[in-house]
Amino acid sequence: MSATPAADGERKRATAGAPRAPVLSVDDLKAYYRTRHFGIEREVRAVDGVSFEVRDNEIYGLAGESSSGKSTLLKAIAAAMRPPLHVVGGTVRMRFLEGAKSLYAASSAELAQLRWRKLSYIMQGSMSALNPVRRVRRSFEDFAARHLGGTGAAFEAKVVAHLGLVRLDKGVLDAYPHELSGGMRQRVTIALATICRPDLVIADEPTTALDVVVQKDVLDMIRDVQRQVGSSLLLVTHDLGVHAYLTDRLAIMYGGRLVEEAPTETLFRSPLHPYAKHLIASLPRIGEAAPKVTLPGGPPNLAEPPPGCRFHPRCPLAMERCRRDTPTLTTVAPQHRVACFAVGGQA
Amino acid sequence: MAPLLELTNVSKTFGGLLRRRRVAAVRDVSFSLAGDSPEVLTLLGQSGSGKTTIARMILGLETPTAGSLRLMAEDIAALRRGAARRRLLGLVQPIFQNPFEAFNPLRHVDHYLLLTAQRFGGAGYGPEAQAATEASLRQVGLSLAEVARRYPHELSGGQLQRLAIARALLAKPKLIVADEPVSMVDASLRMAIVNLFQTLRAQLGISILYITHDLATAYLVSDRVAIMRDGEVVESGAARQVLTHPQHAYSRQLRDAVLVPRFTAGDGDGTTAEAKHRPQL
Amino acid sequence: MLATVRDLVIYNPEFRIGAILVGLVAGMAALSLASPYAPLDTFVVAPDLPPSLAHPFGTTSRGQDVFWQLTFAIRNTLTFGIVVALLSRLLSLAIGLLAGYKGGWVDRVLMAINDTFIAIPLFPILVLFYFVLRDAMSWAALALIMALLGWAYDARLIRALALSLKTREFTYTGVFSGMTTRELLVREHLPYVMPIVFATTMNNMNWSIGLEVTLSVLGFTDINSPTVGGMIYWANQHTALVAGVWWWIAFPVILVVALFIGLFLLAVSMNEHIDPRSRLRRMGAEGGA
Repeated sequence: MSATPAADGERKRATAGAPRAPVLSVDDLKAYYRTRHFGIEREVRAVDGVSFEVRDNEIYGLAGESSSGKSTLLKAIAAAMRPPLHVVGGTVRMRFLEGAKSLYAASSAELAQLRWRKLSYIMQGSMSALNPVRRVRRSFEDFAARHLGGTGAAFEAKVVAHLGLVRLDKGVLDAYPHELSGGMRQRVTIALATICRPDLVIADEPTTALDVVVQKDVLDMIRDVQRQVGSSLLLVTHDLGVHAYLTDRLAIMYGGRLVEEAPTETLFRSPLHPYAKHLIASLPRIGEAAPKVTLPGGPPNLAEPPPGCRFHPRCPLAMERCRRDTPTLTTVAPQHRVACFAVGGQA
Repeated sequence: MAPLLELTNVSKTFGGLLRRRRVAAVRDVSFSLAGDSPEVLTLLGQSGSGKTTIARMILGLETPTAGSLRLMAEDIAALRRGAARRRLLGLVQPIFQNPFEAFNPLRHVDHYLLLTAQRFGGAGYGPEAQAATEASLRQVGLSLAEVARRYPHELSGGQLQRLAIARALLAKPKLIVADEPVSMVDASLRMAIVNLFQTLRAQLGISILYITHDLATAYLVSDRVAIMRDGEVVESGAARQVLTHPQHAYSRQLRDAVLVPRFTAGDGDGTTAEAKHRPQL
Repeated sequence: MLATVRDLVIYNPEFRIGAILVGLVAGMAALSLASPYAPLDTFVVAPDLPPSLAHPFGTTSRGQDVFWQLTFAIRNTLTFGIVVALLSRLLSLAIGLLAGYKGGWVDRVLMAINDTFIAIPLFPILVLFYFVLRDAMSWAALALIMALLGWAYDARLIRALALSLKTREFTYTGVFSGMTTRELLVREHLPYVMPIVFATTMNNMNWSIGLEVTLSVLGFTDINSPTVGGMIYWANQHTALVAGVWWWIAFPVILVVALFIGLFLLAVSMNEHIDPRSRLRRMGAEGGA
């Protein structure tokens, strides 16, 4: 630990000469819900071949609407799956797992060790991480004491210092969660998730339930903390405005697959995939005329997805090929991947 | 001509007799909607600002603790009861936030439309109601084939919300109260519905009371806007004006909180379109 | 509907067992139509004979064939239970739905009445009725009294559900579509209420039959038309167990226990099936991304 925590993140960014392995590496991941009622089997292919990486010290965004599969993807990455959800293919590797093996090969003892120390979460609805009948202090003790070590005053000093990063004062420790406002609770959750300086923080719709004013504050805080602590952040939300505001790289998910991935600025300036183009063009902005965009149809039914490219029934550029074959995510420009026959340059 | 909707010093307090537990959801709110020309008035506020309570009072689902709400010069509280209720239901119709909850999950969605056409739309039974339903569906961009004999979960949020609008239209209302109609609809389907509200005003002459927390949507859909906070209206006026040049401190705070990306979105050809698309704030 | 039953029989073991048990009991009741002996006749066969081919369940000390007696007994008992359950369901549905939906003073009055009925101690009241009515205490009278005493608990359950349904948005959609209160309650809310009604029907049957057996065993009912409880009553009067005529008591008891367990299993298995949440899951509404 350096004397000034702020220097940690900055230093990490500066040492371009020693690139570290990606924090998270997902390779052709497939996760399906399999149910059986009265002899009828249903298979919902929520995640159907997803590959991406989250690099060191970056904020990686994952955008998608309902039926995109992003919630299931999160569960699969966090190894938080229960039947009827099963991983049926692919791997999830994390840098900090011994021997960089797949997450699912890890024993539950290993998983318990790395949870919170190496991998933590910020969830939607801040109450889920905080025990409502215990003071906030207790949550810190439960989550972090084991990893940070130290007891009593030494531990508390560390916690208070960290709370300062999210601009909360020590009085918060003695409060019960319901005594804090939604924004303050979410800031406590951010502090909790980052106090052990994990390699990867997964944030699932962290500001969706918050007021517009509070949301901006919390997002700024997330950005500040990330810079100072140096953890990588996997941010999942349907709100493209949040992605534009916060993320370094962004991937868009549709029907259980990734359709485009690029550095955020590139993706917003020149999206290639028709779905991505539509999403970005649909963002309403104050001061401009209403976007006149329409997209026919609705999100795909993941139990009976369309054959070939899952977007083809609604796509203005759909060709015969799109019905038969599935486009793969290919690199069309540096850092820019698209899964589309029409614009992806696939023969 | 009497205003379509007129709220005068309306207040609503929830809670019991104990002073401590009382919550003033709405405090002394007044505004009106003109009777002679349709317009879209947006109540813009965050959660707890009282906007939904006002909507419920206009729909006759709550009564005010003080003040009066009038619909075409008739007191809404009086219209809630008995035979007059039908008149109220024929004048104002709701669109709710959660499209999946707006219809009974265990029943087909189309029966509500046929019923509304019969009970309010003046259509007879059988083929007349059917024809009216089809016409209404076409107006919102749906077809009867798409929704006939379907359950809510078989349709998308966007389709369901359009269905809700089609149903409301069948009652031939003068006012539609839409409570956060697109907040639970996918972003890719949202704009079509927002534009639909504008069309309702322009083509069918229906006034809309639009409730939202999102400034950008408010900017696009409204003629006038009233910004609410803690049960009070802090600023109101022409939408374009108020949202680009807010006067009140809270309005400014809201406007500043709108996320402005560190760059601006382009139009796909890679050129820096900044000059063209910089938000006019 | 038939497909549902077939699915349940194939895939749900509880339903299968429950259906078999109740089927057996109902079969016994149906057999009463084929009985060679009239139910009230006594000393038509040799008394106190143990089970044999001629008399599969033996004979009683009163000279009746236990098997054929039991067919009548179980038929009467079953009919009694069904009648009480139906009557009290109607009452609890009407009162529960109305109180829940209307609210206000209607709710308060109805619930005040409801709670009074819950507080009434059933057994002493029933015994009191017997002593007051004596010979006029027919089965119809008893059924009516029990129906009037048996609705209160379930009315509250239904009211709770009605309260939560009232605030769901589709109720408002129905109101704004012009539905009357009656239409709302019957067409929109009833499907949600049916699982509770079904479960409570089974419970109610078990309750009423249990009480009937108890009352009959103690002699507080019209012991002339045969019921399961009545058979046990007569068996006790003739000190059957002491005399070694165990079959007179054993078979009625086994049969009524089989009925209880069968009804319970049916209720539990069908309930899960009718419950709206699991229905939706099966229709494909949930389990998504």
